[in-house]
Amino acid sequence: MRAAPPPLPPVSPPGFAPEQPVVGQNIYLNYVVYAKARPNRADGEWNVVAGLTVSERQRAMGVLILLAILGMMMAAAGAGRGDPMQAHGFVVLLFALGVMAVVLKGYFAPEPPVERLASYYDDPIKAGIIIAMVWAVFGMGVGDWVAWLLAFPDMTFDAAWASFGRLRPVHTTGVIFGFGGSALIATSFHVVQRTSRARLPDQFSPWFVLIGYNLFCVLAVSGYFLGITQSKEYAEPEWYADIWLVIVWVTYLLLYLRTLARRKEPHIYVANWYYLAFILVVAILHIVNNLAVPTSLASVKSYSLFSGVQDAMTQWWYGHNAVAFFLTAGFLGMLYYYLPKRAERPIYSYRMSIIGFWGITFFYMWVGSHHLHYTALPQWVQTLGVTFSLMLLIPSWIAAGNALMTLNGAWHRVRDDATLRFMMMAAVFYGLSTFEGSFMAIRPVNALSHYTDWTVAHVHAGVLGWDALITFGAFYALVPWLWKRERMYSPALVEVHFWLAMAGLLIYVFAMWNSGIIQGLMWRTYNEGGTLRYAFLDTMVAMHPYYIARAIGGLFFLIGALVACYNIWMTIRHPAATAAPAGDAPLPLPSPQPAE
Amino acid sequence: MFGTHYRIERKSVVLAVAIMIVASIGGLIEIAPLFTIDETVESDPHMRVYTPLEQAGRNIYMREGCYACHSQMIRTLRDEVERYGPYSLAVESKYDHPMLWGSKRTGPDLARVGGKYSDQWHAAHLTNPRDVVPESIMPRYSFLRAAPLHTAHLADDLRALRRVGVPYTDAMIQNASADAIAQASPDDDTSGLVERYGEATQIRAFDGDQTAVTEMDALVAYLQILGKLSDAAQAPAPVQTAAR
Repeated sequence: MRAAPPPLPPVSPPGFAPEQPVVGQNIYLNYVVYAKARPNRADGEWNVVAGLTVSERQRAMGVLILLAILGMMMAAAGAGRGDPMQAHGFVVLLFALGVMAVVLKGYFAPEPPVERLASYYDDPIKAGIIIAMVWAVFGMGVGDWVAWLLAFPDMTFDAAWASFGRLRPVHTTGVIFGFGGSALIATSFHVVQRTSRARLPDQFSPWFVLIGYNLFCVLAVSGYFLGITQSKEYAEPEWYADIWLVIVWVTYLLLYLRTLARRKEPHIYVANWYYLAFILVVAILHIVNNLAVPTSLASVKSYSLFSGVQDAMTQWWYGHNAVAFFLTAGFLGMLYYYLPKRAERPIYSYRMSIIGFWGITFFYMWVGSHHLHYTALPQWVQTLGVTFSLMLLIPSWIAAGNALMTLNGAWHRVRDDATLRFMMMAAVFYGLSTFEGSFMAIRPVNALSHYTDWTVAHVHAGVLGWDALITFGAFYALVPWLWKRERMYSPALVEVHFWLAMAGLLIYVFAMWNSGIIQGLMWRTYNEGGTLRYAFLDTMVAMHPYYIARAIGGLFFLIGALVACYNIWMTIRHPAATAAPAGDAPLPLPSPQPAE
Repeated sequence: MFGTHYRIERKSVVLAVAIMIVASIGGLIEIAPLFTIDETVESDPHMRVYTPLEQAGRNIYMREGCYACHSQMIRTLRDEVERYGPYSLAVESKYDHPMLWGSKRTGPDLARVGGKYSDQWHAAHLTNPRDVVPESIMPRYSFLRAAPLHTAHLADDLRALRRVGVPYTDAMIQNASADAIAQASPDDDTSGLVERYGEATQIRAFDGDQTAVTEMDALVAYLQILGKLSDAAQAPAPVQTAAR
């Protein structure tokens, strides 16, 4: 179904005429690509497994068999103890068998031709985009459901798995790690290849990273339904899932460094600095915050190494830097590639990129303690937290400003092209959210805002306004490039999505700002006699209309994501109209046919 | 400066190492001293540990995600102290692996909820919050009443907790399962439990049903001990007020 009349923006957004080499063009290092166009694969011939070499298929089967055995062992051990480890063993087993079934379908295909090495390896990127969109719908769907639960609490079917407490981490993990993480992995594979003008070093590791990471997400989310959680916010998965993620993440880091090592560009482009910081620092945070002692190898339960105040500080050092390096650095990597690319403008300032990057990398790690103002955390740590939170505004706004000023000379495109407008609004919301974050870190402001919906408003301005918008923008740019289409199936639907997202976002954030500030003020309102004016319950009842408004805002945003799914799906199904953009291929290696 | 960077950004490993160093400084300076500076955590020689039943209840509290809506950290603000009681001290969560300070109050703070309501109130409230508080938006937890508490492996829990620093004795670990059952069975012999965990140990049929030890028993036992492991916060101290 094509959306009807409102005057359509130009069907072919600027810069998308096939004769123009869109990729490989100057970003800030003034380079030009001369390479033969990749062999254009016929439509529908997207057989992922047949593209793997025989030894890569063997490696995949080996890992999957090991994983299946591990799943069986977990199930057996858990069964002996009556522990939920049993259920998770079956999850691992089924996951391994499912992937195995896919691998077996192409297992006996002939060895792929060597010509594959003359083009970028895009299959895992395509899969990552599709997986990310599935997580988006799932995670946002659960999010909206729990939003309605706060207004109508009896919709839990009297079942344990359906209560707010268990569903809330399903939402946060689904959107942050499922959607955000898969999108980051997919785009990082794209960006690192293009900006290095080198193909990924092998075809097994990227799949191991993408699928292994998703196994982690599946274990996490299924665990919450089953009541498996270590209760640390945004680090809920238990010890065995955490160990698995470390294995996946180390592979990811090595893959990234190996690709950079193959680069034909002397300089590493700024987007890669951010992706690299995202990978490295998330590894540090994840390992330190999840240090724990399991009760038994056959049990899902573990006890955190730290307790009380040290645990609180470690948790919020992790928690805030998950925001910094997962939800900010990674997505800044996206912004620094797709925004200049789509706008066809070089990055405004090289020096601002450097200052922004190192400022963010250094300052962020100090600010976690602003989550613990007026608590039992020693005051000196709180003070450091505020100080650095305020200083953090400088590199944050440098990064946001650098992105927005890159658009100088391309504002007519922002007007006409909803994809670029997604990216522009993402940079705007990034700037607004970082300002709000620094503001909320100031102690007296935090006294009012902490524990209320104001925090929820702030987080959603960040993740919906910044992370989700830049991701949608990047995907709308990427899908036609990767699937060799001239453009998205329907630019009108991109426009529809943009306005649905904007409306949903603003309704959501304004509702939560109101409820948060009202509740914070009610908690501290005194009667003339010097007694507290409102019982806690009074302040909760006052939230009801805002909770309904928030759920409606969330619904708008979710519908927008569904529109995106439809549009992406139709773009993929639509036959290819154009050949691959000229120049979208890695530079050949010095040797005539590189050894794999 | 930019010249140096121009060289650094040509070497991926140098860049990676630089990122690791720059990013590690903040955490090291803020976290490491918390383990070494003595004043960080007040001392309380009379601090109790959680009984196996209370620890099991705490695990249920985590399993159900109660921490998503209830904080356990009263800030040093006048209105919070007047609403919830003396502000929380670090020592009070010394044995909390992990801590459950929380970040959001969709419902009220629970740091000092122990003893504030009767067991019957808690059991009825958890079964259907709206029977007791019509405007409540808390989910129902009626299934806890029907779920028998798994006590068989509580010794493993106590052993793991001892490994991370909670002073459980060998006797406590050996008797973990029996102590959990005894605490919810006031008619049984509870002398061993009292001997190990002290006179103040609350021994009751928390869910009102003597015949079985359920998850409801454990959760209510945990809620009733909140704020009572240490008396340190009850000592009078000046209240710090926020600038308005």
